[in-house]
Amino acid sequence: MLNAFYQVMRRELLTAFRRIADVFNPLWFFIIVITLFPLGVGPEPQLLLRIAPGIIWVAALLASLLSLERLFKDDFSDGGLEQLMLSPYPLSLLVTAKIIAHWLLTGLPIILISPLIAVLLSLDLNTYWAVLFTLLIGTPILSFIGAIGVALTVGLRKGGVILSLIMLPLCIPVLIFSTMAIDAANFGQSYIGALAIMGAMLVTAITLAPFAVAASLRVSVS
Amino acid sequence: MLEAKSLSCVREDRLLFEGLSLKVKPGQIIQVEGPNGVGKTSLFRLLVGLMTPYHGQVLWQGLAISDDREAYQQNLLYLGHQSGVKPELSALENLRFYQKMFEPSYQGDLYSVLAQVGLAGLEEVPAAQLSAGQQRRVALARLWISTAPLWILDEPFTAIDKNGVKVLEQLFVKHAENSGMILLTTHQDLNLPAADFSKLVMVKPSLEELYVGIGAEKC
Repeated sequence: MLNAFYQVMRRELLTAFRRIADVFNPLWFFIIVITLFPLGVGPEPQLLLRIAPGIIWVAALLASLLSLERLFKDDFSDGGLEQLMLSPYPLSLLVTAKIIAHWLLTGLPIILISPLIAVLLSLDLNTYWAVLFTLLIGTPILSFIGAIGVALTVGLRKGGVILSLIMLPLCIPVLIFSTMAIDAANFGQSYIGALAIMGAMLVTAITLAPFAVAASLRVSVS
Repeated sequence: MLEAKSLSCVREDRLLFEGLSLKVKPGQIIQVEGPNGVGKTSLFRLLVGLMTPYHGQVLWQGLAISDDREAYQQNLLYLGHQSGVKPELSALENLRFYQKMFEPSYQGDLYSVLAQVGLAGLEEVPAAQLSAGQQRRVALARLWISTAPLWILDEPFTAIDKNGVKVLEQLFVKHAENSGMILLTTHQDLNLPAADFSKLVMVKPSLEELYVGIGAEKC
């Protein structure tokens, strides 16, 4: 069963690396959105520091939304999804592999370039750590919640708008607690509480979302 | 043994067929025939469990397939219109993925399997660069490594040349001789020994009787 998990993840990563532009596009989008803000509102460090948490997280949310649609679309149109459903393994396990691979391709790059963002928004070190931790815990939540939306809309021809309408409201809690943590770090306070709540959300998402995704996919395919 | 009991299928508020029953026993090859749009693909999707029937049920070894999905799927190989071949991956990578997923205990050489379906020398070429028929052959290569007794094949001969069809027919006969079961749709005339080969003909409901959908039923 672990072998099936590994095989699906491996194929997912391999397919993505053969089309590397698709991996980089959401990342460029993320960087560009964030660089637009200092250009738009002016480069005063105080102002940037105040709005940084919101900018980073809204950009991360939109970037993950941009990349999410690909999660099941190709598999749906080339018949690979049917084959996954008919494989002798639980579908929820296989979709978990796909979601984790998706996070490795979209969430992880955002975390890797976050030092650059800290420079662009002139964050201090303490705030940067908070940004890093919230991204580390928060972006997998976005991938798991988003996957439910994708699974529900994969059969629709113009699913993109509906996907954002389903997914964005569900991501509000993540947005609230991550910006709260970054704000607290900004003022030199402890932000461990907000991180703990996000951790709880992550555990809930990892344990429950795969079942919702599997059920939604069965509805979408039939 | 695969058994369908009085299946009814409704698509987009339109009744495709009603009261369809069939039995597939080991050693049988059944060709499902009928005009376009009569519901052959829908029937197959009901039989493999991708769709749930509006009425009726599908039994595998006497148990409803929805009760023990994983046990049923271990015995099933389904190839649909879309063959599940990833254009980014090579023929070998595609086949290896399906071997690892569906036949983890298979020990043979995948290169020789690809050679058997006429893809020798093309193993490492990305599937996107192969022709439609060659892509289809990548998907069909799974039949050579499959140990599943039940094959459900929706239009397996699409884009396959005459020679390829012959090779496949031989494989079908061999599979049936090993007490396998095959359900397939095709618009070609098959050249199979009559003993284990039968046809299920689906008829479009006439305009007055949109409901009477089902023709001959051979078991």
